Amino acid sequence: MARPATIPDDGPNAALLRRDALRERRALLGLASPAVVLLMVVMVLPVGWLFYLSLIGEGGGFSMENYARMLESKAYGRIFMTTFHVSFLTTGICILLGYPLAYFLSQLPPRAATLCMLTVLLPFWTSLLVRTYAWLALLQRQGLVNTWAIDLGLWDTPVALVHNLNGTLIGMVHIMLPFLVLPLYAAMKAISGDYTRAAANLGAGPTQAFWHVFFPLSLPGLFAGALIVFVLCLGFFVTPAVLGGGKVIMVSMQITNNIELFFNWGAASALGVVLLAITLLILFAASRLLRLDAVLGGGH
Amino acid sequence: MGWLDRPAGDTQITHRQRLWLYVVAGVIMVLLVAPTVIVIPMSFSASQYLEFPPREWSLRWYENYFGAPEWMQATATSLKAGVLTMLVATPIGTMAAYGLHVSGHWLARHLFILLVTPIMIPVILIAIGVFYALVQFRMVNSLSGLVVAHSILALPLVLIIVGAALKSYDFNQELAARSLGASRLKAFLTVTLPQIRFSVITAALLAFLTSFDEVIVAMFVSGGDNSTLTRNMFNALRDQIDPTIAAISTIMIVVSSTALILAQVFGRAKT
Amino acid sequence: MPGTDALPITITAITKRYGEVFALDGIDLAIRSGEFMTLLGPSGSGKTTLLMALAGFTRPDSGSIRFGDREIVLTPPHQRDVGMVFQNYALFPHMTVAGNVGYPLKLRKVARAEIATRVEQALETVQLGGYGARRVDQLSGGQKQRVALARAIVFGPRILLMDEPLSALDKKLREHMQIELRHLHEKLGMTTVYVTHDQREALTMSDRIAVINHGRLMQLDTPRVIYDRPANRFVADFVGESTFLPVDRSGESVSFAGRQLRVGAPPASAGALLLMIRPERLAVIEGKMPEGLNLFEGRVRELVYQGDTALAAVALADGTEVAVRSGTRSGTAFDRLAVGAAVVLGLHPDDTVLIPYEG
Repeated sequence: MARPATIPDDGPNAALLRRDALRERRALLGLASPAVVLLMVVMVLPVGWLFYLSLIGEGGGFSMENYARMLESKAYGRIFMTTFHVSFLTTGICILLGYPLAYFLSQLPPRAATLCMLTVLLPFWTSLLVRTYAWLALLQRQGLVNTWAIDLGLWDTPVALVHNLNGTLIGMVHIMLPFLVLPLYAAMKAISGDYTRAAANLGAGPTQAFWHVFFPLSLPGLFAGALIVFVLCLGFFVTPAVLGGGKVIMVSMQITNNIELFFNWGAASALGVVLLAITLLILFAASRLLRLDAVLGGGH
Repeated sequence: MGWLDRPAGDTQITHRQRLWLYVVAGVIMVLLVAPTVIVIPMSFSASQYLEFPPREWSLRWYENYFGAPEWMQATATSLKAGVLTMLVATPIGTMAAYGLHVSGHWLARHLFILLVTPIMIPVILIAIGVFYALVQFRMVNSLSGLVVAHSILALPLVLIIVGAALKSYDFNQELAARSLGASRLKAFLTVTLPQIRFSVITAALLAFLTSFDEVIVAMFVSGGDNSTLTRNMFNALRDQIDPTIAAISTIMIVVSSTALILAQVFGRAKT
Repeated sequence: MPGTDALPITITAITKRYGEVFALDGIDLAIRSGEFMTLLGPSGSGKTTLLMALAGFTRPDSGSIRFGDREIVLTPPHQRDVGMVFQNYALFPHMTVAGNVGYPLKLRKVARAEIATRVEQALETVQLGGYGARRVDQLSGGQKQRVALARAIVFGPRILLMDEPLSALDKKLREHMQIELRHLHEKLGMTTVYVTHDQREALTMSDRIAVINHGRLMQLDTPRVIYDRPANRFVADFVGESTFLPVDRSGESVSFAGRQLRVGAPPASAGALLLMIRPERLAVIEGKMPEGLNLFEGRVRELVYQGDTALAAVALADGTEVAVRSGTRSGTAFDRLAVGAAVVLGLHPDDTVLIPYEG
């Protein structure tokens, strides 16, 4: 049995070796310093500044009035409700559509999988704005969907498919689906076929084997994908702004309005801080339940 | 149709029993790709309402785009910002990914997560934060402010992609190079980098696209002479549906798809 | 390849800790100039850690390593000037064979024409002359191994380190390469430190073997001494097959089952002892009892035929059991053994090895 280590030995060269090891570890870590500096300057400082701004009232002195107004105002309450509502719905629909797709992809032989994966990657790499615009063009009153539906007799007069919640949801699901499918697919590929085979050997039919064995094993990947989608939805701006037609107001849009229309930096910052706090809280809670750095590809 | 009865999975379930899954997945895949693909023929439609299939074909929207100085200026700005972001984010990100991977310092894991957060927190915050800071320094509507902000958005992608490549790389080769007399830097440049170069190129392409496609930060930080393509497009969309945007979108789709195919080709062509 | 002036290696009090466990626990080892030294041990024993410490890739917590007169424990790996062959060869896939082998020369700013000559010389030394233009993925396992070797010796290092270089090869090729590596060592003359877990490999190739377990040096001797006279139970167990029997001791004389044993070498340590017997050293005695052998009486419990040899499990009178291994030549006393038969076994005093009883 190996001798368990006790008090550090101070044998020959011990102090020099220790210093040398530390110096090397620090030097390598230092390679990340330009990135960290950039992060500090561009993200941490401005956001810190905003936090400071949120605590400054109309009069110019320290005040909690921005936060107070948020808690009292019904409009703000509605905005948060809308944001969560849209985010939950989008995440839910993405799960319903994305899980079967990811499962299908995971069962394909390698060449077919790469080909079909392009259908997920292509929208992922296409500009967000372009995709949003595509849906705007398709869903408008004289757009493709309405024209075809009327031709096919599905309905008689053009239905308002856009500039409302439905249009927003359609657009957001389209944007977010790859974010769910990609991590879920990776997680599914990592599930060894032996588990399902063992279940079958023990007497489980295909459906049972799926629900008893495969599905539970895929849940961490599903959770990771859903988390990414939800968090991205919370802060989303472009698609709801374009497809919502002003009827779907999410937090990010309100922040923009506060600055562009009202020049109210205090209110905008307070709203931003709250949004950030909620996002970080959700991420933190999730990282406790799931190794987030493993999903994003951590250092080791 | 014999293949329908052949086994399709580990439980020996047949393709026929899975047909519903194939249909559902097929529909979803079509819905994923169709909107972007449809924009392309629509952009050649002569009508204001962008018909599909177009009753009359025309290049008028492309003429609108290439003929308008504002659109051309905006495109040039976007391209410049994209290239500069790529040149800033890729080296900084690659260095950071390498340093954090080999350091063995306990801080490394935490720094990695920290550097990846920009893609998880709402971009609007970065946008208004940077905007406010630039207002103080009177650097609004400048290209450098835009590039710096875009770089922080591109950095996480570079870190993740290069980090993944380093994880699957056989580090013994770097050790071998060092045992043969190469310093750490030389070993990295002559042995490691050539082998992860395809991932680095993919990361660079994504950094470019991140900047090129970016809307929110550009909305606040760029403007006037330095307005980006996306900013102009977004403003146009909010007002009315200018069909010129269909033409611009088509061009952007072609650019993105080319980049994607290049990345796939590179990714496959690993030695 | 010009003969190199080999360097001796002096390792003093090397310690390396990972968390709670000592990977290297105060090892002292003096390797002679030009010697082929094998570090032998099971996985996790610390042998690879020690090799990595010599190469400079693992920094020990304390200790001293000298190449000749120079203290190098703080020297970075790229300045140590040692050749190293890795377990999976670590050939650079983006360079040709010549590119790989010429890499260390390029780093040392050797002139291009000279690089070409020396690369070809090195390749010829490993019997791959003319392979310079080939790409790494076109080579077989054995060829890759030889290119790795050529790359490690081309710049004339005075010390060569090898980390289980033959473990990825199949049996026949491995045995062939063992002999080739030994010949190469004799030709080039550099001090070689070789790591393996395969005791047969160690016995075949080494001038001396350092048996390592749990970060500690268990025995340092020539192959013959390691095999014939292991110093402790671990070495006896790890190298070759062995049976252990408890013996009684009074002073300098040792006895088993009441009979005094004739021993070739007196016991090295004080305290309780174990008798170690190699199965192939026991002879089946028929007829007249020979003089000078230690005798053991028992009954055959089981016979296992294994092709070139066969193994007999013999239960002795006091309940302990010994294993006897013999060639399967027809007509010998061993050949005539049957299960259940009574048998007398003889052991030469020089094969009667005593090791400390470790509780």
